[in-house]
Amino acid sequence: MTTISTDLSQSPPAGNSPSLIEKMALSKRQYEETGHYKGIDQLRLKQTDHFRYERVWAELRGALVSARETALHISASPIVRNIGELCFALYTPEGDSVVVSTGIITHVHTMSEGIKYMISQAYEDSPGIKEGDIFCNNDPTLGNVHTTDVHTIIPLFYEGELIGWAGGVAHQVDIGAGTPGHDPVASANRYEDGFYVTCEKVGSNHQLHKDWQIRAGLSTRTPVYWALDEKCRIAGCYIVKEALDRVIASEGIDYVRQFMDEAVEEGRQIFLARIKERLVPGIYETASFFDAPYADKAWHPEARIDYLMHAPLTLTIGAGGQFHMSMDGASAPVPMPFNASEGSMQGALWVLLTQTLIYDGKVNDGAYLAAGHNFPAGTWCNAQDHSLAYGSPWAFLIPSFTGLFRLLSRGYFARGFREEIVTGYGFTGDPLQGGGFLADGKTYFPVSNFELCAVGLGARGTMDGLDAAYAMWNPEADMGDAEVWETIESGLLYLSRRYKPDTAGYGRYRGGSGWEALRYVHGVQALQLYSFREGRVFHGGAGLYGGYPNSADYKVRVHNTNMAQLAAARKPYPLGEADPSDSELERLVQGEFLRTNEGMMFPEAFGDGDLFLSLFSGGPGYGDPLERDPQSVARDVLGHVYLPETAERAFGVVVRTSGDEMVVDEAATKTARENLRLRRSARAVSYEEFYARERELITTGQLSSPVRQMYQQSMHLSPSWAAKFKQFWNLPDTFSL
Amino acid sequence: MDQATLADLIDGKLPWHQLKEVLSGNKDIARFDLYIEVLQSRVSFKETILLPLGEHLYVVVDASGRRIVKCDCGYEFGPVERNWKCASAVLVRDSDELLEEIYDPWNRCDPSWEELREFYCPGCWSLLEVEAAPPGYPVMFDFQPDIDTFYQEYLGRPVPRS
Ligand SMILES: [Zn+2]
Repeated sequence: MTTISTDLSQSPPAGNSPSLIEKMALSKRQYEETGHYKGIDQLRLKQTDHFRYERVWAELRGALVSARETALHISASPIVRNIGELCFALYTPEGDSVVVSTGIITHVHTMSEGIKYMISQAYEDSPGIKEGDIFCNNDPTLGNVHTTDVHTIIPLFYEGELIGWAGGVAHQVDIGAGTPGHDPVASANRYEDGFYVTCEKVGSNHQLHKDWQIRAGLSTRTPVYWALDEKCRIAGCYIVKEALDRVIASEGIDYVRQFMDEAVEEGRQIFLARIKERLVPGIYETASFFDAPYADKAWHPEARIDYLMHAPLTLTIGAGGQFHMSMDGASAPVPMPFNASEGSMQGALWVLLTQTLIYDGKVNDGAYLAAGHNFPAGTWCNAQDHSLAYGSPWAFLIPSFTGLFRLLSRGYFARGFREEIVTGYGFTGDPLQGGGFLADGKTYFPVSNFELCAVGLGARGTMDGLDAAYAMWNPEADMGDAEVWETIESGLLYLSRRYKPDTAGYGRYRGGSGWEALRYVHGVQALQLYSFREGRVFHGGAGLYGGYPNSADYKVRVHNTNMAQLAAARKPYPLGEADPSDSELERLVQGEFLRTNEGMMFPEAFGDGDLFLSLFSGGPGYGDPLERDPQSVARDVLGHVYLPETAERAFGVVVRTSGDEMVVDEAATKTARENLRLRRSARAVSYEEFYARERELITTGQLSSPVRQMYQQSMHLSPSWAAKFKQFWNLPDTFSL
Repeated sequence: MDQATLADLIDGKLPWHQLKEVLSGNKDIARFDLYIEVLQSRVSFKETILLPLGEHLYVVVDASGRRIVKCDCGYEFGPVERNWKCASAVLVRDSDELLEEIYDPWNRCDPSWEELREFYCPGCWSLLEVEAAPPGYPVMFDFQPDIDTFYQEYLGRPVPRS
C-alpha cells in the first residue's frame, strides 16, 4: 500500500501573500469550523445585487459551455467530436469548482482532486506554478476515473497572483494499455494500464514542451488523436481564461474573487435546501453487483478468479437536510482493471447529483461539500494502492451508483414528486474495443467504440425510461453516427443498428430499451476485439416497486462465415438477433458460432467476413408489470421493444398482428393476467419459509465460490457489515464462511 | 398544481407538455398535502396516511396510534420499524427454469451468482418489490423513514396522532 503525502504543514514559498497550501488549509478549516464554504454564511453579492450576481454566473456558465462546443471541433476523435466526451470547469485557487460546462461532468470533481494534489505536494516550489504553465494528469489515484480520461489544467493569474484554475478533460481513443482501446480488460496491475501522466507540468509560456510532446506521441497507439485532443483541451482552457479576464475587466477583481467563493457556498446551500424540499429523512438501503468471471480468461495467474463485486449502499438523510452515503461492506480490490479510487467515486457521486437533485442550481463543488460520503479504504471503491490497475473502474462504479437513483427515488415517491423518480439506468458497457491493421498491413485502425453512450434509462415514476439515450457519466448522451465510427474503425463495418427486443426491464413503466449493432469485418490483415459487461448477474440491482432488472448480457460472434458467398449470390444477410433463441444470425449465415452467457470477452482474433454482435443495455422497470397498460405493451411489441412471447409471459398481455397493427386480445389478456396472479399465490412461500431456505444455503455452505468469496471479503473488510450479516441470519459471532 | 393534475401525474396520464412543465418548474410546497389528499381518497381503509412508502404501500396511523405499513387492499404488514418484507409472500427465482419463465435463456442471470426475489402482498398478490441479489444475501430494508423528524423539521408541524 502506498500513501500519497497530503501533509499540509510543509513550508510555504517565500513572499507576502499566503501560499496555495495555506489557502487550501484555511479553506478546509473554515468549512470545518463554520459549516460554510470559506466561512461565508451570507451571500452578500447575491443579496446586494441579485441581477448582477446572476449575470456574472450566466456569463461564465455560457463561456464554459461555449468552450466545450467550440473546442471539440479541434479534436479528430469521434468520441470527442461527435459524442462530446469532454468538459471544462473553472476552479477557485484552492481547486473547488465554481462553474462547469456540459459534457462528461463527472470529471469536474476529479480535476478538483488533481489540483488539490498539486497544491498539497507544494508544486508552487517545484515544479513551480506560473502564468502560462500547462499541467496534465490522468492518474486515478491523484484525481481521475481512469487513465483514458486525460486532464489539462492551467493556472489563471491576475496581475501576478493566482486567482483560479481552468481544467478540461477529453476521453481518448487509446491510452496505450495492454489491450488496445480506452477501457482495458486484461490489466492486472498499474503497469499494464497504459500511459500514466501524474500531475505533470507539460508546458510553460503557453507552449507545450517538446520533450512532453515526443513522450506522449510515442505512448499511445493513436498519436494523432492524442495530439489533437490535447490541443482541444488547451483551447477550451484558454476560452475559459479569456472569459474570466472579460468578467474581471467589467466587474473588477474583488467582485470576481468574492463571486467565485459565494457561488460555491450557494451551491452548497441549494443542495441542502433541495434535500429538505424533496426527500424524507431516514435510512435508505440497497446493493448492486457486477460479475467478473476471469477464472478461465485472465492472462495473469493471480487474476484467474471468478469475482463478484459487492456495492452495498446506505443513504442517511438528516433532520437538517444532511446527506451521507456509505458503501460500508464493499468487496475487495481486484487484480483486474476495475478498481476505483476515492476521487473517481466522488466524481460519480457528483455527476449523479447534478442530474437529480441540483440539475438547475449552481452546479459546482458546493454540492460535493454538502454530500457526505464513505468509500471505505482498502475496498474496491477506495483501494488506496497505486500499484493496482485502474484502467476501467467504470465496470464497478456504474452499477454501484444505480443504487443512488433508486434510493433518492424512494424519497421522491414519499413526497409526491413522482416526476423525479428514476429506477436506475442501463450499463453503458459492451464497449466494443480492439484494433487492427487494414489489408495493406501498414494502416492501424483503432476500435474504440463509444456508441455505448446511449443505453436505456430506467423507468420513470410517471413514464417509461428513455430508449437508447442515456449515459450516467454524460448527461448529453449520444450514440454518434455509424458512418462516423466507420471512418476510424475502418475495417469494421456496420450491417445494422436497431432496438434489441427484451432488453428493457419489465414494469408498469418499462425501462428504456437497449439495442444491437451487427458489425462485419472487412478488408483487414489482422484484428482483435474484446468487450465487457455483466452477464452472470443483472446490471446494478432490480427496478423499483415491482419493476424487474433489464436483461443481462451475452456474447455472440461468428468466425469464418459465408457472408462473401451470400453477397455474391445476392442472398439476404442478417441484421442482428432479435430473438437469440430463434436466431436470425443462425438462420441466414453459416460459420463458426461462439456464444457465451457472459458479457466478458478477452481479446480474440477476427478476420475478413467475421461478424460481431454488439449489445447495448436497457434500463430497469418500475411497478408491477401486470399493471402495465395492455395497449402500451402492444406498442412495445410493434416497436421491437419486446417479443410477443415476452409480452405474454412477463406482462400477461396477448397480442395479435392485424395488418400493420398490433392489437391486444382483451379476453386472452384478462385470462393470462388472472392466471399469472393465481400462479403467484400458488407458488409463493411465507417469508419465514423463504428465510429458512436462504439461511440454510449459508449454514450448509451451498454457495458458489464467487458468492462465498464476496461475503468473506465484505465481512473481513468491514466488521460492521459482518455483524449486520450475522445478525440478520441469526448466526453466532464465531460464524465464518 | 391542482388535484386533478396530480391525480393524472400519479396515474401516468399527464400529457407530455404538462409533465415537462412540472419537471422543469419549481416544486410546489403544497404538493405533499395534496398528494396525501389524493391518495387518501383512493384507499378503502379509514386510517390516516402518514407517508406513502411505495406503489400500493402506505405508512398509516391506526386507531390505537400505532404506525403500521398497509397495502391499499387492506392487508397489514405490521409496524413501520420492521421491514414490511417480513410479512410478505416470496417467490425466489433461483433456477434456470424459474428465471426462464420470464427471461430468455441468454438474457437471464446465472442463478449460482444471483437470484431474483419477488415480494408479493398476500392480500392482493400485487408484486411490491423485486430484489436481484446473490443467494444468501440479507433482505434489503429499502427505506426506514424518520417520520417524526419529517413532520417536525421538514413540514414544520406535528405528526397526526390518529
Ligand atoms: Zn395488497
